[in-house]
Amino acid sequence: MRHFVDRRLNPKDKNLGNRQKFMRRAREQIKKVVDDSIKGRSITNVDEGETISIPTKGINEPRFQNSRQGGFRKRVFSGNKDFNTGDKIEKPEQGGGGDGGKKASDAGEGEDEFTFELSREEFLDIYFEDLELPDLVKKDLREIKSFSYQRAGFSLTGTPNQISVRRTIRNSFGRRIALQRPSSVDIDDLEVEINDIELRGPQSDHDLVRLDLLKQKWHELFVSRRGIPYLDPVDIRYKRLEKRPRPNTKAVMFCLMDVSGSMGEREKELAKRFFILLHLFLKRRYEKTDIVFIRHTHEASEVDEETFFYSRESGGTVVSTALTEMLKVQKDRYPADSWNIYAAQASDGDNFPDDGDKCINMLGKEIMPLCQYFAYVEIVDERELDMFQTTSVGAELWQSYRAVKENWPNFEMKHIARPGDIYPVFRELFTKQPAEA
Amino acid sequence: MSVELATKPLFEGTEWTFDILDRTYNAIEQIALEELGLDTYPNQIEIISAEQMLDAHSSVGMPLMYHHWSFGKHFVQEEKSYRKGFSGLAYEIVINSNPCISYNMEQNSMPIQTLVMAHAAFGHNHFFKNNYLFQQWTDAEGVLDYLDYTKKFVARCEEEYGIAAVEEILDAAHALMDHAVSRYPRPRELTKKEREAREEEHREYEEKSFNDLWRTVPTGKPEEAPDAEAEDASERMRELKLPEENLLYFIERHSPVLLPWQRQLLGIVGYVSQYFYPQKQTKVMNEGCATFVHHYILNRLFDKGLITEGAMLEVLHSHSSVVYQPEFDQPGYRGANPYALGFGMMQDIQRICIDPKPEDKEWFPEIAGCGNWQEVLRDAWANYRDESFIRQFLSPNLIRQQRLFTLTDDASDRHYTVTAIHDEAGYRRVRETLAESYDIGTIEPDIQIIDVDLRGNRELRLQHTMTNKIPLAEKMRDEVLKHVRVLWGYDVSLIGVEADGSKVYETKIS
Repeated sequence: MRHFVDRRLNPKDKNLGNRQKFMRRAREQIKKVVDDSIKGRSITNVDEGETISIPTKGINEPRFQNSRQGGFRKRVFSGNKDFNTGDKIEKPEQGGGGDGGKKASDAGEGEDEFTFELSREEFLDIYFEDLELPDLVKKDLREIKSFSYQRAGFSLTGTPNQISVRRTIRNSFGRRIALQRPSSVDIDDLEVEINDIELRGPQSDHDLVRLDLLKQKWHELFVSRRGIPYLDPVDIRYKRLEKRPRPNTKAVMFCLMDVSGSMGEREKELAKRFFILLHLFLKRRYEKTDIVFIRHTHEASEVDEETFFYSRESGGTVVSTALTEMLKVQKDRYPADSWNIYAAQASDGDNFPDDGDKCINMLGKEIMPLCQYFAYVEIVDERELDMFQTTSVGAELWQSYRAVKENWPNFEMKHIARPGDIYPVFRELFTKQPAEA
Repeated sequence: MSVELATKPLFEGTEWTFDILDRTYNAIEQIALEELGLDTYPNQIEIISAEQMLDAHSSVGMPLMYHHWSFGKHFVQEEKSYRKGFSGLAYEIVINSNPCISYNMEQNSMPIQTLVMAHAAFGHNHFFKNNYLFQQWTDAEGVLDYLDYTKKFVARCEEEYGIAAVEEILDAAHALMDHAVSRYPRPRELTKKEREAREEEHREYEEKSFNDLWRTVPTGKPEEAPDAEAEDASERMRELKLPEENLLYFIERHSPVLLPWQRQLLGIVGYVSQYFYPQKQTKVMNEGCATFVHHYILNRLFDKGLITEGAMLEVLHSHSSVVYQPEFDQPGYRGANPYALGFGMMQDIQRICIDPKPEDKEWFPEIAGCGNWQEVLRDAWANYRDESFIRQFLSPNLIRQQRLFTLTDDASDRHYTVTAIHDEAGYRRVRETLAESYDIGTIEPDIQIIDVDLRGNRELRLQHTMTNKIPLAEKMRDEVLKHVRVLWGYDVSLIGVEADGSKVYETKIS
């Protein structure tokens, strides 16, 4: 009788269902932790899994259990050193049990945090939840690498639809020459001559010998031609297709944000999500993505991410300064012929009254021709969103930008008040198939 | 026992193949049957990967289990600590079924596979088959089929009534899992097939005979009141067989609000709970038995020259970490290690049978020096549980070895008091206290249903009889009561009384 069963090839993820059930159960808490975690993360590494801790509320499994405290109890311990019957030992100040103190707190009443690991997919899923992304886009963003098939030489094996006719014929030609396969022209010539002689009838011995010779030659050629096929299996070549990562190009993303006093935490939070989404997209599409953070009040400067999101400035609001700064950085470091340029701007819509025209000018003449895509979001109060339903209404900057939008299809603008509003700004971007692939 | 050196060991090095496993299994079996006289279910040993082990481990060790989020919770928890290398996985999992299924991880080295086979496929297996608690409470023949059926049933319910609805019931039922066994009457003796058939029939009948009109019948009319009042409370209790300690079963039978499929879910949880009931009471003995068996068999294999010195060293290393007992003031101390205690006691029994000291003759007159330790141990494995085993067999020798002492902790006192140590005056007291601490009656709170007036307000009244004035953990208590409220559909109250009947607390969820 055999006692052993090899189960190693059985399906592994028996517990996937349970895991998903658990995630659904703890959704709310996990969501909160993920959101908090994103606040603290840099835009560039949003899409990583991580270990998270959630409060046990809602996921503890209560039972009727004796409390660790109170009452009268006797217990047996091992490893007595120098206790004697009747000895009294002072109780420790806090913590129950008398476990020697150390483990006591961990046996409390389920106030602890529950810690576990979230995978990258789960993390992104939860993050995407209130961005209301279409499923296709979610799938697209979750995929780490995308490949395209590219021709890469020839191979000896393949499927019939991949036969390279040119290469196959060339091989066949070379082989035929090398093996001296008689061409049909040679045979035709012989046949013509034979026919000639036979038609007019052999006139002389010379003719007879000649005819014999010709026939013999014809036969030789015919046989050797049959032995050396026109197309031999060894000639056949297939186009070889190789999996290549998507175009090996670079993109730079300019994040422009108004940081004057009117941009509060909520506004910045929304702006950050807006930037993150664009970055995730670029990261998917391009091998290398740089991010440039430019913040502005009435003057603009390039800063690091930390300063960008978390420090406050006071002053007026002159948007064109940011555009000027962007152009300066672009000229210095990101020549348009080797970088794809994307820009994302977030603001509450304030601008210095005279600045609007200048912005239109700069965008229209200099920036838009360089950019693949320029996305502008105006962050408004949730209560005001209804007011802004029609695109004609908006703050200072909105009015100016409307003129730009009319002329440039790759310019997109939108009012946002909730995370769910962000995606439509990029809808164009995501639906467009990458032209350079 | 003749010591005849084998010409060639069963295996060298650490790699295993199915051939080597087979060969080794046979050698182990020979020793187990001939020298130890074990009596086991046929074995089915399954080789699985680490991930599969993780899967199995988090579903209470069962290969087939219905889906529930709490298993997912345990899974993510164990996955994390496993990935980070905090905890090695269990080397094996063994299931009390016929045939006895045990899982061995493919990553185990051959010496460890040998250890695991001796431990699980013979040690645990023998215990499952012979211990009276397992014989009485579990159905090794049918458990896998039944679990398979429950898994499908739960999935079907989810499909039919929605995941949330099923989860609500299962959550609530799980909260009562520790109170889902009827301890005193013998468990219903239905084979799994009969049980399934009966449940199904019952459900179908109720679904067929469900009449929506009943809902519109006015309830609790005043003219019934004098009747109800006149009704003798004791009559009512007799009718419902109150008090009842099997809370889950009572609710399954009598809840005014549950639908047939919900009752059936409760029945399933009750079955699982009952299946694990013996395991809760025999941790020390079960692990002790398995550890003693593997220790004996591996040593015999080594004596016979069937395993190499290197393999033996690896086995001993693993064995000694399993039976390590930290002292009370060392980090990692979590009370008595069941492996260490069980193994220690069983080795001690062997010693007493073969080579007793005068003291042992006084304490264990029946077995001291009898020589036939195999039979004494087999008898102990079959007829005791942790509590009675310790009460009967813990020897002064072992108490001294482990330097056991007892401490009393009275909430009203600022001090702990050492009440007994490992000396002549303390042995019995230490033994008694240790035995008590394994008594399921003292580990788990005593909660019973004492009254419910199904014709009146239907309030379900529970009573917690406190032992030594120890209260319930309050937050958990209230959460459990909420779950009970869901299952019962009407008010639920809990009153805590001391052993003499005086009331300590009362709480009500409505």
